[in-house]
Amino acid sequence: MNPTSLAEQAAQELQRQEQLKLRLFLCYSTPCVAAGAEPVKTALEELLAKQDLAADLEIVATGCMGPCSRGPLLRIKNADGEEQTFEKVTPEQAKEILLHSIANQPVETTALPADLPFFVRQTRIVLSNSGEIDPEKIEHGIARGSYSALAHVLHEMSAEEVCAEIKQSGLRGRGGGGYPTGLKWNLVRKSPAERKYVVANGDEGDPGAYMDRTIMESDPHRVLEGMAIAGYAVGAEQGYIYVRGEYPLAAARLVKAIKAAERRGLLGSRVLGSNFNFRIDLRIGAGAFVCGEETALMTSIMGRRGQPVPRPPYPAQSGLWGYPTLINNVESYANIAPIMQQGADWFAGFGTEKSKGTKVFALCGEVVNSGLIEVPMGISLRDIVFEIGGGLPDGGKFKAAQTGGPSGGCIPAEHLDTPVDYESLKELGSIMGSGGLIVMNESSCMPDVAKFFMGFCMEESCGKCVPCRVGTVEMYELLTRITDGSAMLNDLETLEQLCRLVQETSLCGLGMTAPNPVLNTLHYYRDEYLAHIQENNCPAGVCQLDQIPLLKLPEHAAELAVFKEEH
Amino acid sequence: MPVITLTINDELVSARSGQSILEACRDHDIQLPTLCYLDGLSARGGCRLCLVDVAGSPRLLPACTTEALENMVVTTHNEKIDRYRRMILELTFAERNHTCAVCVSNENCELQSLAAELGMDHVRYDYLNPELNLDTSHERYGVDHNRCLLCLRCVRVCDEVEGAHTWDVMGRGVESRVITDLNRPWGDSESCTDCGKCVEVCPTGALFDKGSSVAEMKKEASFLRRILDGREKRQWQR
Amino acid sequence: MTAPTAPSTKINDDTGHDLKFQLIDKALKKCQFQQDALIEVLHTAQETFGHLDEEILDYVSLQLKLPPSWVYGVATFYNFFTLDPQGEHVCVVCLGTACYVKGAGEIVTRLEEEFSIKAGATTEDGNLSLLTARCLGNCSLAPMLTLDGEVHGKQTAESVIAALKAKTTQKAALEEEKV
Ligand SMILES: Cc1cc2nc3c(=O)[nH]c(=O)nc-3n(C[C@H](O)[C@H](O)[C@H](O)COP(=O)(O)O)c2cc1C
Ligand code: SF4
Ligand code: SF4
Ligand code: FES
Ligand code: FES
Repeated sequence: MNPTSLAEQAAQELQRQEQLKLRLFLCYSTPCVAAGAEPVKTALEELLAKQDLAADLEIVATGCMGPCSRGPLLRIKNADGEEQTFEKVTPEQAKEILLHSIANQPVETTALPADLPFFVRQTRIVLSNSGEIDPEKIEHGIARGSYSALAHVLHEMSAEEVCAEIKQSGLRGRGGGGYPTGLKWNLVRKSPAERKYVVANGDEGDPGAYMDRTIMESDPHRVLEGMAIAGYAVGAEQGYIYVRGEYPLAAARLVKAIKAAERRGLLGSRVLGSNFNFRIDLRIGAGAFVCGEETALMTSIMGRRGQPVPRPPYPAQSGLWGYPTLINNVESYANIAPIMQQGADWFAGFGTEKSKGTKVFALCGEVVNSGLIEVPMGISLRDIVFEIGGGLPDGGKFKAAQTGGPSGGCIPAEHLDTPVDYESLKELGSIMGSGGLIVMNESSCMPDVAKFFMGFCMEESCGKCVPCRVGTVEMYELLTRITDGSAMLNDLETLEQLCRLVQETSLCGLGMTAPNPVLNTLHYYRDEYLAHIQENNCPAGVCQLDQIPLLKLPEHAAELAVFKEEH
Repeated sequence: MPVITLTINDELVSARSGQSILEACRDHDIQLPTLCYLDGLSARGGCRLCLVDVAGSPRLLPACTTEALENMVVTTHNEKIDRYRRMILELTFAERNHTCAVCVSNENCELQSLAAELGMDHVRYDYLNPELNLDTSHERYGVDHNRCLLCLRCVRVCDEVEGAHTWDVMGRGVESRVITDLNRPWGDSESCTDCGKCVEVCPTGALFDKGSSVAEMKKEASFLRRILDGREKRQWQR
Repeated sequence: MTAPTAPSTKINDDTGHDLKFQLIDKALKKCQFQQDALIEVLHTAQETFGHLDEEILDYVSLQLKLPPSWVYGVATFYNFFTLDPQGEHVCVVCLGTACYVKGAGEIVTRLEEEFSIKAGATTEDGNLSLLTARCLGNCSLAPMLTLDGEVHGKQTAESVIAALKAKTTQKAALEEEKV
């Protein structure tokens, strides 16, 4: 393919779609499939076959539409472009919807209101194709502009210009750190080497987050295109996508997408008729959170124990097999094509001064509408939780929003109006993280939540450095004491000191940030810790508190006496 | 080789370009505690005892893996660093079962002498008391996992110097253990050449000569520099 | 112990022993015996055999010319690889944040009681392995779990126990039929 034939194919496919009477979009993402999308699809297909309607109708098994907790979701679009979305669809309802729509009769099942804040408050850049295309059909993507940005870049721009454009857009890494993407690209571009690599980080280890999975599953070509543009910009001919092992569907779709793109000359050698060659291979993770850390991820790609190595040297200088390597998050890559298509200034029009564009969040926990959302940076947490999320179910009272997973923290109600951007969240002692946003109500106990995250870090510590390997275990022990009632006031001090040590002396980001949930909850919810220790009371009613401090046991009475005498 | 100058503890010192901060310190007799580092083996940066303050860096940096650079300003000791080093040692002691009184390396142990040197006299953390075994299946040597610090000197010397790669690590986090071959008894190892280098470089009583009793096991790791210079530079020296 | 040689000399018993090693060979060939491909080969082996025992690890180490301890180290670093055979049925309860907040911890405790096993273990009759995971990426369905790979969302302890009972008795019924 060359740019012209790409445009032709896009026009052709668009025309085909416009001639259809009705298009049925059925969300076929994992949550909706789990909720029963499969029988719905079968029922619709049977009906189509029976009524001989296949010619003017199309069922599109799409990626994620967003409001996952309301699945299975079905959207119909008629020839005039009118749309209706239905939630929790059963096979019977689906048939009814289809038959009535064909007959142009009003549908009995009530559709979701079109002005639902869940939809209208979002800005979909990264997810613009998600829920609109069948991710396994490359034509669908091409019809919506996939690979046109790549074509433009390859034929009209120099590598330097691409880097400058990305820098100009203000895009920052979506993997958590928020490092300016354009700067990173420039570093790799300027590193002299005979070979370079581009890596997409799709490890998404943050428990309670599934943005990257959805992007890879719903619009794989978007990621591939972003990587190819990156490859051109930094001078790499080989890319790797590291997909978390828990996401077999994402891996399968990516493999399929790579093959489809290669067959059409959109990847591989002489991409789109240019002199640029770019291959992408997949690497499947095998279950280790630390492999999301960039240096560990690279050791894992090389087939070894996924342990981090000290930086510097940074991957931009020496990464895979010692060559300069560009590593970005999947969502970061998914932003590239829209930026190149519509310009850096357009992109920079979204968001705040220092945080440009949008961010995808997995909104979960105690909210009415849990699902995947994309919002402009700078939106307030309140809007996310109460407008888009629809508030807490069953009259629950908001207690905290957790962002950043095990590296982040809990944001209390008094800070609900904080704008969501990199700096503001950091100021609150949390981080933007990769996009997990979990809402908690009054039944969550903060020391218990801190213990939960510490348990996670303890299990996921790679074991290379002492502060993280042993420190996480000791912090977990101390938190266990607090939650089982056997802690004393000085344990709190020991815990805080240990937190500082682990933060400052660990080798990689896992250890450095592992104490964050503890320090952050200690800051906002210290009373709760004190209630556990001093009053033997868990305000949320979660902890058993059935142990007593060692020194209060009768058999220690004698020791206690000696202790007192000495002091 | 090009020479650079940097400041360590307010003193201007010179170093060869490419040297680590630790090597520069050692060349000028500036003391820095280390456990995982051993002259002659690749640096690992795991024990975190050699952390130093480098002006301009927001974080403490391990001297063993950080390259000394022109005009760097390094501080090797201050109240915070010394406190952190003691805490890290406490964590190391709490991790396994270091009962010095019954250890073959008592009085000849790097961990023990570091604790004395840094003034670490109590452990405020819970002893984790893992249940670990003692493998004495090898004809000449034994491994007692209770004393292992996971410094991985044994793994590195076996791979980098002896070339056998008998040792490696299994598991992760606090569950990590050093293993020989497919985690089989050392004595059954097909790759072990019985050279004993790992025993000599092990900083504690974790690897020992069979037959040594309490406080009898003395080790000497300086052989490493000697054979490496001999091998690489053809310079045998004593 | 004797090192395993090429799979063709292996006993071709009716458990399909030989066949399974051929799958590993295919994976090895596909990656051209590159040592960097160790994890991919182990993935294939894990999928084929359901676990990685000494024989398999030794074979892989021999074929990729990697030290046995290296291969063992990699196999035990990652959660996906198991050295022990898994049960007939595998139930993976998600203990990610969203699921935890929605009470997945309680589900695990109840399952542990019901089937008298600890999470991570397999029942003595080899019928059920109870595993936990840290987020399976279906957080909007919290608390969720997978049963033999199938996703079940919005679960309670009761619903899981019922589903598991159905699975295990299904098998018993089938066996009775055979008899
Ligand atoms: C413990 C740990 C886990 C991480 N996990 C992820 C992850 O799952 N996905 C991701 O994209 N980045 C993750 N990161 C951040 C990466 O190291 C890296 O900064 C990122 O992939 C860079 O891409 P970006 O600049 O596009 O954000 C993790 C970092 C640490 C320290
Ligand atoms: S901080 Fe933790 S995960 Fe990172 S290198 Fe150290 S032990 Fe490994
Ligand atoms: S056995 Fe000795 S040399 Fe090997 S890791 Fe343990 S303490 Fe270090
Ligand atoms: S000697 Fe530098 S970290 Fe161990
Ligand atoms: S937290 Fe359970 S699926 Fe994400």
